[in-house]
Amino acid sequence: MNPVLRTILQRLGLGIATLFVVSIIISLTIEMLPGDFARAVLGQSATPETVAAFQREIGLDRSPVVRYFNWISGVLRGDFGESYASAGSLAGHRRLVAEMIGPRLLNTLFLAGAAALIAVPLSLFLGFMAALYRNSFFDRAVNVVSLTSISSPEFFLAYILIMFLAVKFPIFVSLASITPNMPFLDRLHAIALPTLTLVLVIVAHMMRMTRAAIINLLASPYIEMSRLKGARPMQVILRHALPNAWAPIANVIALNLAYLVVGVVVVEVVFTYPGIGQLMVDAVSKRDLPVVQGCALVFAGTYILLNLLADIVTIVSNPRLLHPR
Amino acid sequence: MTESAHTSDRPVAAAQPLPGRRSRRARVWRVLRKAPPTAWFGLIVIGLYLFVAVGAPWLAPYPESELVGGAFEPWGGQFLLGTDQLGRDMLSRLIYGARNTVGIAFLTTMLSFLLGGGLGLMAAISGGWLDQVLGRAVDVLMSIPQLIFALVLLSILGSSIVNLIVVIAVLDSTRVFRLSRSVAQGVVVMDYVEAARLRGEKLPWIMRREILPNIMPPLVAEFGLRFCFVFLTISALSFLGLGIKPPTADWGSMVRDNAALITYGDVTPLLPAGAIALLTVAVNFVVDWFLHKTSGLRE
Repeated sequence: MNPVLRTILQRLGLGIATLFVVSIIISLTIEMLPGDFARAVLGQSATPETVAAFQREIGLDRSPVVRYFNWISGVLRGDFGESYASAGSLAGHRRLVAEMIGPRLLNTLFLAGAAALIAVPLSLFLGFMAALYRNSFFDRAVNVVSLTSISSPEFFLAYILIMFLAVKFPIFVSLASITPNMPFLDRLHAIALPTLTLVLVIVAHMMRMTRAAIINLLASPYIEMSRLKGARPMQVILRHALPNAWAPIANVIALNLAYLVVGVVVVEVVFTYPGIGQLMVDAVSKRDLPVVQGCALVFAGTYILLNLLADIVTIVSNPRLLHPR
Repeated sequence: MTESAHTSDRPVAAAQPLPGRRSRRARVWRVLRKAPPTAWFGLIVIGLYLFVAVGAPWLAPYPESELVGGAFEPWGGQFLLGTDQLGRDMLSRLIYGARNTVGIAFLTTMLSFLLGGGLGLMAAISGGWLDQVLGRAVDVLMSIPQLIFALVLLSILGSSIVNLIVVIAVLDSTRVFRLSRSVAQGVVVMDYVEAARLRGEKLPWIMRREILPNIMPPLVAEFGLRFCFVFLTISALSFLGLGIKPPTADWGSMVRDNAALITYGDVTPLLPAGAIALLTVAVNFVVDWFLHKTSGLRE
């Protein structure tokens, strides 16, 4: 078999295996539940019967193995179980976790996608320039600014942006509430500030990593060689450096998109954006476990997928693997 | 660690004190004097934070969680930075926050290093199945975003300060494990470690006396970076209402509680957030400089 294809298949298998183990961990964390959990959810006034019924409903009377397989087989069919918000109440209003996650996941992907679309080209450009003009004033300025941006909590950047772009100069809105039948341009206007916050955060990371990757590459002997034989600077970059730079750059992009998945949680809460991050935070404070588990699985899945993608691009773009001797 | 370290003339040279060798304090001063302004800025800021954290009860004009005025009183007069949503003095809470937030983040990082560093060194020295098991476990733990995992665990355990510290420390120790294991592996193969093994030293002795002194610089730098990360994670969790709970003064939850003021153009909620950012920037500057110094002339 083609060695490239084989390595890719190996990575794919590893990714699926990781996701499987992660799903087991997420499911098994329920085993660590403290004994008074049912009362914490149902309230102190719950009768012993309601508590018993609740525990039966969430499957605490079954073995962890049985519970896991019930859960995961449901998940594979797109059924993440029921929210606790409906458990305990005898009225038949049932809220399915999948229905809660679905539309919010789309909103989150929309926000993250918009941020990525701006951040990726911008940071690659800045990183390249900083690496090429190393130790210049531009490099140092970008370095200090990006270090400051990395060090700030997301909510700090978010509130500064609100302060200036929504309160002092009301260009954008501070509440990023979007509805399903909103025109596209209005949506973009509504998510401008959260997008900008996310862009600030990941551009800093991505730019620093790109810079480091390029500097690392420019220090390798074959670049030195091509310089010494008299190739023009542009040719050195495009013909000699770039083919080998794709791998680290792809890695940088994927890592930061994965980081975006997490960064989105805080930003969604700041701007009360109806995304999956806010849903998860709400569920955690209500201790609504099925929702937490569903969200965690979605987040972990995206994270693993992005890392897998980075691995595959690294393999595919590696000239040493593509042209085996 | 060059070849000359093994030649015979080296121990003789090291035995006699070098002429004109400065005292430790003078040497530290010499290094500091050549530090770039960013590093100086970082050191001064860190020193200031330490001072405020230690001296909080004497510096703060009011107690940490006592209602001393009306809600959201403006700056100036009796309350230098106004009051918060319940009428507690903002400045006092900021000062106590230095103690609580930074203290908890520091404790967490310490725990994470004890756990991750200890296991990492053990894995590097022992190798074999222990190394394999720990390595795979860490791989799996690291495949879930830290904040997400922390949210899952906190939703199950409930959020209290102890739970927060333990959960974040355990999750963060995976990174420390990776680093300490990989740097220790370079030292484990050295002859003097072999010699210590052959003369029958036990694992703790080898970890502490042979390996640890040789891998200190990267670990110290990592400590700064991990501290920043833990500090930001805990602040984020507190901001989300899942970390440090009121009435304990904490910067993350202070931002959350007073965020409404932003819409009236009041900068008060930005102060605790800025306090977080300033400390992380300072630590990052110092670590940057430290890495530059210890890595030699790489660039």
